[in-house]
Amino acid sequence: MIQVVCVKQVPDTETRVKVAADGRNLDPAGVTWVLNPYDEYAVEQALRVRDQQGGGEVVAVSVGGPGVLSALRNVLALGADRAIHLRTDLAAPDPLSLARALAAELRGLGAGLVWFGKQAVDDDQAQVGPMTAELLDLPCATMAAAFTLEGEKVIVEREIEGGREVVELTLPAVVTAEKGLNEPRYASLKGIMAAKKKTIEEKPAELGEPGLEVVALVLPPPRAAGRIVGQGPQAVAELVRVLREDAKVL
Amino acid sequence: MSILVFIEQRDGRVRAVSREALGEATRLAAALGGPVVGVCPAATDPGLAALGEAGAERVLLAAHPAFAAYDAAGYARAVAVAAETLKPALVLFGASTMGRDLAPRVAARLGAGLASDCIALAVEGGRLVASRPVFAGKALQKVAFPKAPALATLRPKVFAPVALGGRSAAVEPLAVDFDAAASRAKVLRVAAAGAGKVDLTEAEVIVSGGRGMKGPEHFQLLEDLAAALGASVGASRAVVDAGWRPHSEQVGQTGKTVSPKLYVAVGISGAIQHLTGMTSSRCIVAINKDAEAPIFKVADYGIVGDLFEILPALTEAVGKLNAHA
Ligand SMILES: Cc1cc2nc3c(=O)[nH]c(=O)nc-3n(C[C@H](O)[C@H](O)[C@H](O)COP(=O)(O)OP(=O)(O)OC[C@H]3O[C@@H](n4cnc5c(N)ncnc54)[C@H](O)[C@@H]3O)c2cc1C
Ligand SMILES: Nc1ncnc2c1ncn2[C@@H]1O[C@H](COP(=O)(O)O)[C@@H](O)[C@H]1O
Repeated sequence: MIQVVCVKQVPDTETRVKVAADGRNLDPAGVTWVLNPYDEYAVEQALRVRDQQGGGEVVAVSVGGPGVLSALRNVLALGADRAIHLRTDLAAPDPLSLARALAAELRGLGAGLVWFGKQAVDDDQAQVGPMTAELLDLPCATMAAAFTLEGEKVIVEREIEGGREVVELTLPAVVTAEKGLNEPRYASLKGIMAAKKKTIEEKPAELGEPGLEVVALVLPPPRAAGRIVGQGPQAVAELVRVLREDAKVL
Repeated sequence: MSILVFIEQRDGRVRAVSREALGEATRLAAALGGPVVGVCPAATDPGLAALGEAGAERVLLAAHPAFAAYDAAGYARAVAVAAETLKPALVLFGASTMGRDLAPRVAARLGAGLASDCIALAVEGGRLVASRPVFAGKALQKVAFPKAPALATLRPKVFAPVALGGRSAAVEPLAVDFDAAASRAKVLRVAAAGAGKVDLTEAEVIVSGGRGMKGPEHFQLLEDLAAALGASVGASRAVVDAGWRPHSEQVGQTGKTVSPKLYVAVGISGAIQHLTGMTSSRCIVAINKDAEAPIFKVADYGIVGDLFEILPALTEAVGKLNAHA
């Protein structure tokens, strides 16, 4: 079976956010870029399925500028067989455009399973996976916290408000990975060396018309400085009073 | 132009997030024009006429036996059909697990833009602008929608519902052509967590414990305070990773984003990844023995000291308050 993993390169979560001169994007100066953390779970699960089946192919796909090559190399080092770079010069295409570009590429790949992260930790949209599935008319389970493949069926568990939902999909299908789906591996030295010989095919991304237009990126107003009402258990009476009388939350 | 609101029901009950979305739609109707119309996929009517009081003028009921449980493909079709018929300016969903799963599918069907997990909507210079946290809450992104309809999911507990006493909504059937037998995605079952537990994203009050709790056995102290406050218990990732509490209780970047009326952080240092998940709470209280802990920078009120002394005293004080109420 061919499996495709769609991956995004994102700023490291420790990044201090600075707004670029255009007032709409992240200032990329000094940013360390990493593979989106949720995509690591997606990659790991695809590799496990390939091992379980004793063969098949894992293809990594990313849309972006030349920067995404390092994310793709990373996935190849983890064990993916080959990669496709869908190239665009846009700094941050919106989810609908990304889904369109990915769907256009996926149409020709014949994948049995298509993997995404639950969400990208930069734009936090959690859209590209289910949007791509819908454009391809494929069944999709988002936020998979557990996954099993049995023949032509996939069983996914997802955490919902107050419980867990168990969903069954028929292949071909799309799954987005939640934290805890598995314990992602680290790239070995051997993997890193092997990755250098694997191919990354480059093609233009077919993004189409954007669904969103970013008008501004602003730093949130800091919460007004709070007040230490006191030290130790003696302060409890005063805390209860302010919660009741000032904040009116008790 | 109208505003369409997805009405989410589980087990025949309309969820609070949908009332919040109807409330915001009612406020926006003044600027965007009305009416406010709901669309509800369900097996049977979960009492939709009563949503008139929450702001709906009409509700389209997409009734189908397969819609008793969430069916992503079927629900997406129903909401898209409603949007294609109504041609609304805006389609709103609660950013619940269902809304966040459903909205991208509807957006793809309509070829329209979607803004996820919004905390504010406004009409600026004649166009709708949605504000949403990005980079794990370290910045706010404002987005506009080049093409109608605009779609948005609204972070739970951020938008206030309205109460229009005595109004009732007209309930109209919406025909949806959906063959459940051909469905390639089926919900096999839903395993409920502990009975009577309010999910963190829906809780009015949350008391969360961190590594300062020292061990799983001490969480009884937190449970006691939670019982006195009518609160749900949350946790930091340190505590969840240590196996002291389940992942469903984790607050933060890789856990849940919560916006309760009151958030009490106990023995939690306030790492950025934790703050991401709770700084949109209305009132934050921190209890920590380290006066320099970053949690105090976002807390409205704090007590510096040993939580093992403070928690029992606080539980007792709240208990007394309840006895007098
Ligand atoms: C990619 C990524 C994602 C993450 N996602 C999350 C997330 O979703 N949620 C999350 O919470 N974290 C997350 N983290 C982890 C986060 O960085 C912190 O490590 C974590 O929040 C720390 O948990 P803590 O505050 O309980 O523990 P600590 O930082 O160890 O703090 C314990 C606190 O307890 C206080 N204390 C100790 N004893 C007492 C006492 N007797 N009385 C009073 N106070 C006491 C101490 O002063 C200290 O401030 C993430 C990290 C990364 C890298
Ligand atoms: N530029 C991209 N190229 C490939 N996959 C992407 C891209 N952006 C997002 N994705 C995938 O979609 C998921 C969700 O992203 P988002 O909808 O932006 O939160 C990510 O975890 C990736 O799997």
